[in-house]
Amino acid sequence: MKTIAGFLVQERKAPSTRWTLLLSLISILVALGLLAVVFSMYGISPVKAFQSIFTGTLTDWTGFSAVLQRTIPLLLIGVGLVLAFRTLFFNIGAEGQLLIGATAAAGMGLFVPMPDVLRLPAMILVGFLAGAAWAFVPALLKLRLQINEVITTLMLNYVAINLVNYLINGPWKGKTAYGYAYTDPIPDAAWMPTLPGTNLHWGTLILAVVFAVVTWLILGRTTEGFRMRILGESSSVAKYLGMNTLKTTLLVMLISGGAAGLAGVGELTGIHHKLLDPLQLSLGYGYTAIIVAWLARGNPLGVLITAPFFGLIFAAGDVMKVTLQMPFQIVDVFNGILLFLLIATEPLLRYKLVRATPPALPHTPKERTDGR
Amino acid sequence: MDAENWLVGIIGRALAFGTPLLWAALGETYVERAGVVNLGMEGMMLVGALTGFAVTMATDNPALGILMAGVAGAVFSALHAFVTITLRANQYVSGLALTILGTGATGLIGKAYEGQPLLTTLENISVPVLKDIPILGPMLFTDQSVLTYLGVLIGVLLWLLLYKSRLGIMLRSAGENPKAVDAQGLNVTLIRYAAVIFGGFMAGIAGGFFSVAYRPSWTQGTTGGVGWIALAIVIFGRWNPMYVMLGSVFFGALYVLSFRLQEKLSPDLLNMMPYLFVILVLILTAIGKKGSGGVPEALGTPYRRGER
Repeated sequence: MKTIAGFLVQERKAPSTRWTLLLSLISILVALGLLAVVFSMYGISPVKAFQSIFTGTLTDWTGFSAVLQRTIPLLLIGVGLVLAFRTLFFNIGAEGQLLIGATAAAGMGLFVPMPDVLRLPAMILVGFLAGAAWAFVPALLKLRLQINEVITTLMLNYVAINLVNYLINGPWKGKTAYGYAYTDPIPDAAWMPTLPGTNLHWGTLILAVVFAVVTWLILGRTTEGFRMRILGESSSVAKYLGMNTLKTTLLVMLISGGAAGLAGVGELTGIHHKLLDPLQLSLGYGYTAIIVAWLARGNPLGVLITAPFFGLIFAAGDVMKVTLQMPFQIVDVFNGILLFLLIATEPLLRYKLVRATPPALPHTPKERTDGR
Repeated sequence: MDAENWLVGIIGRALAFGTPLLWAALGETYVERAGVVNLGMEGMMLVGALTGFAVTMATDNPALGILMAGVAGAVFSALHAFVTITLRANQYVSGLALTILGTGATGLIGKAYEGQPLLTTLENISVPVLKDIPILGPMLFTDQSVLTYLGVLIGVLLWLLLYKSRLGIMLRSAGENPKAVDAQGLNVTLIRYAAVIFGGFMAGIAGGFFSVAYRPSWTQGTTGGVGWIALAIVIFGRWNPMYVMLGSVFFGALYVLSFRLQEKLSPDLLNMMPYLFVILVLILTAIGKKGSGGVPEALGTPYRRGER
């Protein structure tokens, strides 16, 4: 045990909520401070930059709806990742799962004949299943062959990106696209309704919020949720208890991948209405959602706070691009810095300071060393 | 083209395409041998690529550009070292943060360099005498980057160092059993720091190869996922520099094939190949060797003195 300036450093079992919140807040403030430095290095006054972010996102409905619109995929994916991380499965493949969800839904919307009423539900279902399937493979590979899921889920992101590119340049290239690489628009009946004058597909937003609450209930209140938590604490305990870890992990990955697939369906049917350049379709939601989940500290309800925060960051990126002519990568810079700060301060969560009562010094007479 | 020339062409180009993979994967091999995972490869490579480009442009000295690319990668990876070794934070997440930050920062700073050509680049050279050997000469020693020759040389050296020297034993022990290293009075933290920073240096040079030698220009995200393939090569090569070298040439050949087949197949489908192959290779490696497959015992776990 260490003593620092009269305080004892004690390890604690579970960090207190207040301390966790405070530390997260400090991390965010420090990241914003570093962002201000980046602004000034770019020759833009930080005050002016933050001002235009604030007015561009939070002071009018257009800006605010953009924040909410960005929040939707982050919320869906973030909740799924919380679940995956809780069971110690590092799903880095949400980006690919999102793209595959959108792709499957687009295929359903464009090429499968069916009554208009069924079209959107069918696309949602297929998008969910495709995302789930894209996550199922790495899960199975990890469980059966101990293949690191970080690498496989990542590789599948690139496979998905190239698959979308292949489709929009090749077989699915739209007749009305005039040389551009995207598909024909999906039928009107498959458009997710949006609030007038905005791109806010509110149905998906409600779905995402419900998903967060349901996941929280599952994790905290059900036997399956209990299994998931045990698995996350210690896989050896899980084995000792005779749990079927295969079933639980697969279930988690199906939910996590399926949610990312849904996010893809939302972007497709709510905003773009066609399959297009993967970089425009996703903007890196799958990677940012990792930070969303991490900041939520394993709590599905926490994502209800952290996802809108990053929705704000994304919308701020748009504002920066338009009003200050800064590259959108400013978002990645902020995200990277914040992610570092979050994990770097994590050890601090496990310790607390207690005022130390100085121990009575044992009387040790000084030895004479001068030889006299 | 007859079969012999075709093969010579493929292997010659495979060495070129495999060069960034080689540098990055050799670096990561040492990092992971010391017990640390660094998923920040892609970010470090981008930082190296931009630095290499900027320095070469400013000084007209490509060799200096490449060197500074390595230094930039090393400095950047020190962040990972500090966060994971000293603060004992999650290595996977720290590596991802490094990639996200590296992608963003180079995209932001590199905007000014986009579309500008490099006037002096790292020229390809042929090795005198050796280039005249039939078949092998044109295959291996004609018109290759200095970095390709140097990479192979360093690979052999790293193999010798790892298996035939005291330093290599120390490094391997830090990844297998850090407690034992500590008990010997050696500094685990120092060894791991050195390995991570060395890995960053190698990744930086891999990035510099792109922007100073291979296609002398800077575009945002110019490494395009190569960093992740390098990580897979380390696993495929079972953390052994010799196998890692073979793996780099193998994946280099895959890139060449995907270019050669472009007339017959969609380039997008061909671009997919290396990534699918990584998964396939991982599956085959896992089936071929049940169990640990040569993975360093303490890989991915922070070390703390006096902990059991």
